[in-house]
Parts: sequence; C-alpha cells; structure tokens
Amino acid sequence: MIRQTTNSLLPWLVLLLPFGSATVITLFTRRWKTFSSFISVAAVLGSFICSCLIFTRTDISAPEYTWIDIRGLFNVPIGFILDDLSRLMLLVVSGVGSLIHIYSLGYMREDAGKSRYFAALSLFMFAMLGIVLANNFVMMFIFWELVGFTSYVLIGHWFERDSAAEAAKKAFLTTRVGDFGFMIGILMVWMASGSLVFDDIVAHLSKITSNPGYLTVAAVLIFCGAVGKSAQFPLHVWLPDAMEGPTPVSALIHAATMVAAGVYLLVRVAFLIQASQTALFVIAWIGTITALLGALIAMQQSDIKRILAYSTISQLGYMVMAVGLASNEAAMFHLFTHAFFKALLFLAAGSVIISLHHEQNIWKMGGLASKLKITFGTFAVGALALIGCPPFSGFFSKDAILALAYQRNLPIFSVGLTTAVLTAFYVTRQVVIVFFGKPRSDVARGGKESPPVMIIPLLVLAFFALTAGLQVVAQNFLIVPHEKEASVIPPVLAILALIVGASLSFLLYRNRESERFHVEVLRRLFYFDEFYAWLIDHTQELLARIAAFVDRWIVDGGAVSGAGAGTFGFGSLLRLFQVGNLQAYAFLFGLGVVALIYFTIFH
Amino acid sequence: MVTLGHYLIVSGILFTIGFAGVMVRRNIINILMALELMLNAANLSLVAFSRFHVDSGGLPNFNAQVFVFFIITVAAAEVAVGLAIVVALFRLRQTTNVEDITALKF
Repeated sequence: MIRQTTNSLLPWLVLLLPFGSATVITLFTRRWKTFSSFISVAAVLGSFICSCLIFTRTDISAPEYTWIDIRGLFNVPIGFILDDLSRLMLLVVSGVGSLIHIYSLGYMREDAGKSRYFAALSLFMFAMLGIVLANNFVMMFIFWELVGFTSYVLIGHWFERDSAAEAAKKAFLTTRVGDFGFMIGILMVWMASGSLVFDDIVAHLSKITSNPGYLTVAAVLIFCGAVGKSAQFPLHVWLPDAMEGPTPVSALIHAATMVAAGVYLLVRVAFLIQASQTALFVIAWIGTITALLGALIAMQQSDIKRILAYSTISQLGYMVMAVGLASNEAAMFHLFTHAFFKALLFLAAGSVIISLHHEQNIWKMGGLASKLKITFGTFAVGALALIGCPPFSGFFSKDAILALAYQRNLPIFSVGLTTAVLTAFYVTRQVVIVFFGKPRSDVARGGKESPPVMIIPLLVLAFFALTAGLQVVAQNFLIVPHEKEASVIPPVLAILALIVGASLSFLLYRNRESERFHVEVLRRLFYFDEFYAWLIDHTQELLARIAAFVDRWIVDGGAVSGAGAGTFGFGSLLRLFQVGNLQAYAFLFGLGVVALIYFTIFH
Repeated sequence: MVTLGHYLIVSGILFTIGFAGVMVRRNIINILMALELMLNAANLSLVAFSRFHVDSGGLPNFNAQVFVFFIITVAAAEVAVGLAIVVALFRLRQTTNVEDITALKF
C-alpha cells in the first residue's frame, strides 16, 4: 500500500521538482548564484531519477484530480498520461536536460544573471515535462505556452544586447501565430467530441470522423501549433534567431526538447491526424519542404550555431515527414536519436565558442582539431550521426524515415534523399572549416580545451549519439520501426548520398580561407524575413490603421465624445428655457397643463 | 334656469382672467392677486359640482365643499408667505417689477 502511494507520487515528483527549484531560486536564493545553480541541477537530477524509475515500471499510475468541471459540458482534469510514448519522452527530456544543466555550470560560470538563468531553465523543465505528462488538451496547451514563455526568457537572457531582445520577441510572436491555430483546433475537437481528455477523444472518435472536412480542418489547425513550436515552414524563421540565447539553451530548448514538442504533440494526436488523408498529405509535404529548405539555407551560413539551427529545422522536417507518412515509430525514433546528437553538436559548438571567447564566425576558426581534442572528437561523432553515417545513431533513424518514404511516397523520398546529400555537404563544410586547415584568427590560435564539467556531458552525449540507434540499445526504449519487405535500396542510396555530399564538400572547402560560393538567395534565407516584413507592412499595418480609425472616430469620437456632446447640447437647449422670468415659467407651466389635458382627454 | 354649465363658464372666465393677469401684469402684487382669482375660479367650480351632484337622499356631495375650505385656508397662508417675500424683496431691490427679478442670486 505504501509502495503504491510512493509510486503514484513519482510523476508528481518529476513535474514539481523543477518547479520547486524555480520557485526557490526566484524567491529566496537569487543572491547566491552558485547555490542557485546547484539547486537547479539537483532538481533536474531528481526528476531524471524519478523518470528512470517510472520508465522501468509499467504499473505506475497517478490519481487524477478534477480541476474544472462544468457538468456534462466541459471537464478538465489534472491527470498524467503514462504510456510508452510519454515515458520515453520523460527519459529523453530529463536525461538530456540533466546533462545540459551540468554543462551550464561550466558554460555560465561567470555570468551575472546565473540565478535567473537557472531559475528559467528549471521552469522550462517543469513546463516541458508538463507537456509530456499532460493527459488532456488544456493542460498541454497551458504547459505549451509556458514553454514558449521560458524560451522567450532564455533567448533574451542577454537582453542588454538588442539582437537578443529582438530574437526573443520574434520567437515568442512567431510561435504565437501557430499556437492560435492550435487553440482553435483544440476547441474544434472539443466541440465535436465533447471532451478534452485524449483517452475520451479516442473513445468518441467516431463523432469527429463522421465529418471528414471538419476533421481535416481540426487536424491541420492542431498541426499549426506544431508548425510554430517545431519551426516548420513557413514559421521556421524564429529558430535561427533564437541562437542569440546561451548555447546550452540552444541545445536544450532549440534542438533537443522544446522544438521536438511539436513532433511529440503530433504523435500524441496521431489518432486524429491519421483519420484524415488530406491532413497527412499536408503534414508530410510541410515536413519535406522544411527539411529541404533548412538544409539549403544551412549551406551558406557562417555562424557556427546558425548552421546547427538550420540543420535542426531540417531534421525536424524529417520527423514531421515521418508523422505525415503515418509512422509514429519512425518519427519518435528520429526524435530520440536527434535529441542526443543535436544536443551534443550544440554543446560541442558551445565548447568551441567559449574557448574562442564568444567567437561564432566559422571563418575566424580553423585548425581547432589539434587544440580542442575532446571537443573535436565529440563534435565529429555528432556530425557523423547527423549526416547519417553507419553505425552512428542518425543513420538508423534517418534510414527508417527514408525507407518509409520509399515505400509510401516516391516524390517525398527523392526530396528526402536530396536533403540527405545537402546535409552531408553542409555538415562536412562546417567540420572542415572549423576544425581543419590553419587558424584564421588570433583567438583561434589561442584556443584551449574547456573544463571537465563541460567535457563530461559531451562524452556522455557522444556515447548515446553513437549507440542510440543500434537495435540492441534502441529496442530497450522504443519500438524500432521495421518495414515488412525492407528494401536495400534506401540505405544504399542514403550511404551514397552521404559519400557524395561529404566528399564534394571536403574537396571544395579543404584549406579554404573564405567562402567559395556566394548564393545570395540562400545567404538571405530565401528572403523570408523580408517577405514577412513586407506582409506585415501591408496587412497588419492596414489592419492597425483600420483599428485605429475605428477606435479614434467610432469608439472615441462616436460613442464616448458623442455621449458627452449629446448631453452637453441637450443641456444647452434646456438652458434656453431657464430665463429667470417668472411669467415665462408660468406660461410654460400653463402650456404643459394644456398639453396634459389635451393628451388625457383627446387621446 | 341656471345650470352647472353656467357656473362652469363663469369659473372658466374667471380662471382665464386670472391666468391672463399672471401672464401679463408686471407688478408682483397684481400677479399674486390674479393667482387668487384663479384659485377662486377653481373653488367656484368645485362648489358648483357639489351643489349639482345630489345623492338619493337629496343631500349635496360635501366632499367638494370640504376641499374648498382647504383651498381657502391654504390660499390665505400662501398669500401671507407671498406678501412677506414681496416685502422682503422690495426692501432689498426697491422694486416689485417681475422683469427686474430674474436671477436667483444678487
């Protein structure tokens, strides 16, 4: 009995430990920076241990509490969902989160806002774990927004820099666009099924599926939320700018977990999406376009973190593509491996950045392989996983998606394969420019290895990036997707793509001092920012003008001033009768009496 | 034969004269007098109604007559107050012309 209660407390512990840490740091220990950072790390480690315990046991269930209950109409419980999917996500989020917290101890060791940073990081963990655990749409949406908020705070951590403040604002507003669609989608599902709890919606699924058009609209609207959070085309513009935040934040939020929340959401509501072929089609193609777009832009970037950001966009595109091809297993598999190797890449990039005193331009690096041996080694592992080189984890998960595409949709497969070539190209380019050749600046000549507190998480992540894709390892965590009549063509083509892309890039960029090609359209990110600026200029500006006009002339001018002026005018009119002359009053009085008599007698 | 109609016509004429007096006279005392005339026109019609409204026992309806006594009493009080105000006003402004008294405060 006691054991049962302890077990049912575990999900609560997972969720509330980071929240407690954020509260304590914000309220009490802001002044003691090192102490605050240790509280935060301890909390996330606690969460991780509880997550491990939950992962090993399938019989854990937490009691459900009623939060809002309008009888028969609207019921929002506070409850946890603890299926295979959420238990895996718990492990990934809290595991990668723990490593990044530890790494942050090193990366942020001299930061003035260390307490604020760790409080926000803890709050993020709380929100992210909340998304994973939520068993209904309302809870998920609240944590979803909370994640957006903490992302805003952390991107703008160095808010005294204008670019960081702008980036934070952009990230928040861009994801809000998607979240609005998400909210409408939730309401549509609720209207049709009368419930917000995932299990109940599954039970009443026929109520929604009976109207295919409605279902498609609802599914696509929910997908909008994922488009915003997972930085899919056309709302991908915020993610590269989000790199203004500290590098561990980029690794945790903008590579491993928060951006994957969109994919997690899609997998969670797969029962809805898979009921509509149109929605699947839209999702698959949005993912495909995003994958290609991200890879194309990444080829021409010169900021070490921005390249990784575009690569994240591209990889998220792969996951969404897998969801669109109706395979949750492939999407989750790639999410799982990507969380490790992309977090690893970011943290290794962070290690480079810190040893070069915050230099992020790859053309000012070079020749770092011999100076930062461990960083180089781990970065190389991450890069090999990212480009899908066997036997690194990325090979297996990407191959699973490509094999899926090969079977179900050849156009998508060909775009996916092109993307794989491009991925190999830009990743090799990055590695070659950053780590090989001769140092191209003074800071690069003086670079030295980062402290152990940063190196150890790198090694751990490198281990997982290397092994997470192997059948023997992965099957302990999730269902490894297997296509029934597995063809040898996709893996062979993928390896071919890798070899072509990587060798081409290696030959082209070996010993280069500056950029070899200048493709303006890629350098300028396909003019998305310019286009949005133009769009906002012509739509939002117009709407704002109309709103201002209505406010100024109809609300202020008509209703508010109109009421005042009307009363004033009527008063002036009545004042004409107040002449002060007794006989005038008597006359008016007489007229009034006559009028009264007239109305009572003759009407 | 004098009927109720005759009385009411006289009463109406008196009331009209009174009302005209209130309208056109400038002297406040004259206005007060015209006011009395209007009150008495009303009294006359009330008494006439009483006289012509006879019940089955041959008695007139005394309600109207009681009403008239009230009006006479109130009118007396009103004249007392009104004249007192006029005297006070005359002391202050040396005039009884209503056209000179148009402001509440001076």
